[in-house]
Amino acid sequence: MCAMASDDLRQLIDWPGQGVHQVPYRVYTDPDIYAEEQQRIFRGPVWSFIGIESEVPNSGDYVTRYVGDTPVVMVRDEDGAIHVLGNRCCHRGNLVCIKNRGNAEHLTCVYHNWIYDLKGNLTSVAFRRGINGRGGMPEDFDMAGRGMPKLRVDSYRGMVFATYSEDVEPLPDYLGAEMRDNLDRVVGRRMRLIGTHNQLMPNNWKLYMENVRDSYHASLLHMFQAAFGINRLTMDGGIRMNDNGWHHISYSIEETDTGGDETYSGKNLHAMDHAIPLADPKLIDRWREFDCGTTLAIQSIYPNFICQQIYNSIALRLCVPKGPESCELVWWLLGAEDDTEAQREMRVTQSNMIGPGGLISMEDGVVGGWVQRATRNDGDETTLLEMGGRDVAPSRNSRATEVSIRGFWAGWRALMGA
Amino acid sequence: MDIQTAERLITGLIYDYAHCIDDDRLEEWPDFFTEDCFYQVISRDDFDAGLPTGVMNCTSRGMLTDRIVSLRSANIYEPHVYRHLISAIRVTAPQEDLWQVQTGYAVIRTMQEGDVSIFSTGKYLDRILIEDGTARFKQRIAVFDSRRVDTLMVIPI
Repeated sequence: MCAMASDDLRQLIDWPGQGVHQVPYRVYTDPDIYAEEQQRIFRGPVWSFIGIESEVPNSGDYVTRYVGDTPVVMVRDEDGAIHVLGNRCCHRGNLVCIKNRGNAEHLTCVYHNWIYDLKGNLTSVAFRRGINGRGGMPEDFDMAGRGMPKLRVDSYRGMVFATYSEDVEPLPDYLGAEMRDNLDRVVGRRMRLIGTHNQLMPNNWKLYMENVRDSYHASLLHMFQAAFGINRLTMDGGIRMNDNGWHHISYSIEETDTGGDETYSGKNLHAMDHAIPLADPKLIDRWREFDCGTTLAIQSIYPNFICQQIYNSIALRLCVPKGPESCELVWWLLGAEDDTEAQREMRVTQSNMIGPGGLISMEDGVVGGWVQRATRNDGDETTLLEMGGRDVAPSRNSRATEVSIRGFWAGWRALMGA
Repeated sequence: MDIQTAERLITGLIYDYAHCIDDDRLEEWPDFFTEDCFYQVISRDDFDAGLPTGVMNCTSRGMLTDRIVSLRSANIYEPHVYRHLISAIRVTAPQEDLWQVQTGYAVIRTMQEGDVSIFSTGKYLDRILIEDGTARFKQRIAVFDSRRVDTLMVIPI
């Protein structure tokens, strides 16, 4: 699809002023804006998260995924290299891989048995020479250069990213040093998949990505910790961003006066007097996994990838657009390869806090849908994003700010030419 | 215990459990479990892959209680109710005093606005302890067929 002429798109979006502190509601509902995002953002100069290398350990292993809402396949070839291919046959456009995951010597389109190697090159066309000399492809048909669409691929710390763009900088530069440092800390070791979630949400994908960057709402919408008086012992927190503000980390660090005690029994986390006691404090048992004392780090990589550390709960999330008013949040829950049995159990138990049934965070699944419903008929009206100012600069000492949401819109405006 | 008596207690437990949730008597829900129970809601894909983490993962009756207290006093969501349809209860011989039971289920969710949808279908994998004439879940794993959960899951399955 050709992108819309820039002037037409600018007129359609009708962005108010030059700032990023007011967002017109139509960007959450308009199907033309959604279609433009697929071209200008998801096929533009960004790296999209695809999956983790260990999901395809062997030659011929594949999983089906999405870049934006375009179906792709992540596959490992005979040489051990990972490829990300558009999941589309070059003949009549059929999905090549139907199953969510599998292993195959070749990728075969079932429609007319056109066959691709594990790098996505076309290697065989059924009845190419016809039957008994009749029919078949023209003499000058050449398989060379034909295949499934091939994306640029790169990995960081076992996480596979791909892009349709020839222009975007290499992945490490795209992430930037500050973002890489956090990824190194959280998942820069041998990790193991311990669970997944797929959560369908009734809202535009950007409403979820704003929510992820919204450190302001955390203690206001999510009441679990307050209700149970779980003392978060948090002394320091803030927002880090990369140079252009497109990626962010919201973090908190607790005091290091624990006397070397490496574990925190839920029983010892002081409850406030008026709070409800937990019937089983094991729910919040944790251990000091990171020397820096970081208890929480929510990191987003533009446009739709998230790396989460909440105590010992580690997860990657991808927010897949599913049309203007729907998105699917895909979760990879992780543990470290060398976790003890007790640590693995603590990670599983802590996962009760997150995901579609998360005691702390379940509200994130629904609040976007409420915004969607409330704003659908008011596309000319705008949000207000002025907590912590109107600019896009890191906030070293406060999380009562919307700066990282403004950073998201800085990226969106730049890519959309709005 | 003869199997007819056991089956009567077991089916009673399974039906009472469903009515308890559907009638919004959630404070009574933990009483269907033993103190050291295991309750999990997990997708079929993840269960079959042997992954240990589900959508809900409770390893004691206290954790079940905490879920209900949280749902009543802390969590924010749009009011809705469930209707459980229970089918094909299959009881097999007990191992180590625990009856192994597999049951099909469908949960239909009705939102306050009136939207009615099939929220979850799947199977319960139960290990049931019968003690002093009362059956309780030592283990209840709800394995749901879909990969997806729509919006959120706050009421247990």
